Amino acid sequence: MLRNWKTGLVFMFLSGLILLFVIAPLAGMFLQTPLAQYSETVSDQELMRSIRLTLLCSLAGVLTFGIAAIPLSYVLARKEFPGKGIINGIVDLPVVIPHSAAGIAILGIVSRGTIIGRAGEAAGISFVGGVAGIVVAMAFVSIPFLVNAARDGFASVPEKLEKAALNLGASPWMVFFTISLPLARRQILTGLTMMWARGLSEFGAVVIIAYHPMVTPVLIWERFASFGLSYARPAAAVFVAVCLLIFITMRLLAGRPSRSN
Amino acid sequence: MLYIDNISVRFQSFALEGISLEIQQGDYLALLGVSGAGKTILLEILAGLQKPDSGRILLEGRDITNEKIQKRGIGLVYQDLSLFPHLRVIDNIAYPLRRKGIHIREIRETASGLASRMGVGHLLTRFPETLSGGEAQRVALARTLASEPEILLLDEPLSKLDVKLKSELRALLAQIHKSGKTIIHVTHDFMEAATLANRVAVIENGRLVQHGTPDEVLRHPQNEFVARFSGIKNIFPCSVSRSADDPGLCIAKVSEGPSIFFLGERENLKGYVMVPQEDIIVSEHSVETSAVNRLNGVIKEAYLSGYGMEIVVDAGVEFVVSVSKSSREKLRLEPGKKVWLGFKASAVRFIDN
Repeated sequence: MLRNWKTGLVFMFLSGLILLFVIAPLAGMFLQTPLAQYSETVSDQELMRSIRLTLLCSLAGVLTFGIAAIPLSYVLARKEFPGKGIINGIVDLPVVIPHSAAGIAILGIVSRGTIIGRAGEAAGISFVGGVAGIVVAMAFVSIPFLVNAARDGFASVPEKLEKAALNLGASPWMVFFTISLPLARRQILTGLTMMWARGLSEFGAVVIIAYHPMVTPVLIWERFASFGLSYARPAAAVFVAVCLLIFITMRLLAGRPSRSN
Repeated sequence: MLYIDNISVRFQSFALEGISLEIQQGDYLALLGVSGAGKTILLEILAGLQKPDSGRILLEGRDITNEKIQKRGIGLVYQDLSLFPHLRVIDNIAYPLRRKGIHIREIRETASGLASRMGVGHLLTRFPETLSGGEAQRVALARTLASEPEILLLDEPLSKLDVKLKSELRALLAQIHKSGKTIIHVTHDFMEAATLANRVAVIENGRLVQHGTPDEVLRHPQNEFVARFSGIKNIFPCSVSRSADDPGLCIAKVSEGPSIFFLGERENLKGYVMVPQEDIIVSEHSVETSAVNRLNGVIKEAYLSGYGMEIVVDAGVEFVVSVSKSSREKLRLEPGKKVWLGFKASAVRFIDN
């Protein structure tokens, strides 16, 4: 179809438009920031602390909630049971609800008066206005990316290979760790990367649970609200650059051709 | 001994019904049938990958019908081999050994030994995607043998190989069988079954229609399907009456074709008459011999078949006849030539409906 030059031209034009739509604002942000401001921003301790906190909180969310999400993805890929469609829908809920509403919802279960909140306080963990709350908020909004990618990854592993492994005497655990997980690893890595990236960029849910300590999206918002665009832009540009660097590295690692794919 | 007792399973559009078989220790059983007959499902039931609706499977007296797949002691080599794509050849073969708590060095030695025995010792570091069909088949065999199964199940192991590789692998399977392994081999090729197996079982539409030695099945097929399946080409529908001249002879009147004499005392029956192509004599003239069946016809086709030739003669119905190349040259058996066919009544078999 694309061999027809008119069709090809229309497709190329529309594709270019979409790419420009994504690239133009980001390129504008980088280009409008003077070079001198970059070096100044990089030595901004408050911003650097905030970026470190954001990266670590999102990573903590991936590590803690991701461990449980992978078995769930396997179950959704392999098992047929009543209500499976509903569960798939529930998994996608954090993507479709407004993130400020997600923050309110999370606050409802982790605030000091709740069972989880009280249990956290007893263990010295404060969710509201604390790192734990940020981790929970980031994981809540980003977990669908991991579950969906890992589910598709497990679904792409031929069930016959798992049965062959069982036939060779492997236990179900061994089959999971030596066949299913390695063969789905590319999609799982993509899911983990997406979950981490989505967690990094979360503002709405985090700002409701914990304005302080300040993660970078909240810091950028505060600088914009208090001092204006020119003060917020360098921080945004540096944060976006860090995110892009990590994202590209992870995509390259996950995208490497492997034997399983 | 493996005892399959009245196994049945029903799917939406297919059912395997009342399969019963006994396989002795050291037997090589070929499970024969056309595609979709239910052979692979039976293998999967034996391996525990499918649950039967009813019936039992006993292995050495132990009921393994509901036993876990990994504890059955039955190894399956899939038709598509199902080699693990992310593991090298050595790790594929070593996979079943990992669980046994054996030292890693011993695992590798055992796997290497098996690989050498299967003729893939030089491929240990290769990944499955880089192997040829024959190499992959050997790796899959080595991997299954590493699990030390009591029974080895093979799903169409030769179907995707070329003639040379088929012959090599056939020799390897014969060698594995000779070492004492009980084998059940699914195939749709009667000759493949006849050259390897000491027992054959024929499945048609989910039912076991005949089992016995390859010779028994070939010589005494129990129905038209088995006869055709076992490669008998001259098989014709007929009605039978007694010969008025010879009480020991029956006459099979082939529908819209000739009458064929065979030994027996049957009458008023409908069925199929079979004439083995190797038992038909071709001559240029009607020759007086002990063969009571003499038919004249015209050669329609002549083609190479194995080491000799096959000619197709229209004698009211089309007979396929095996001849040597030298006979063909001597008698100039070319299409269009008129010839006589002769065969003894004792060579003809009848299957009633």
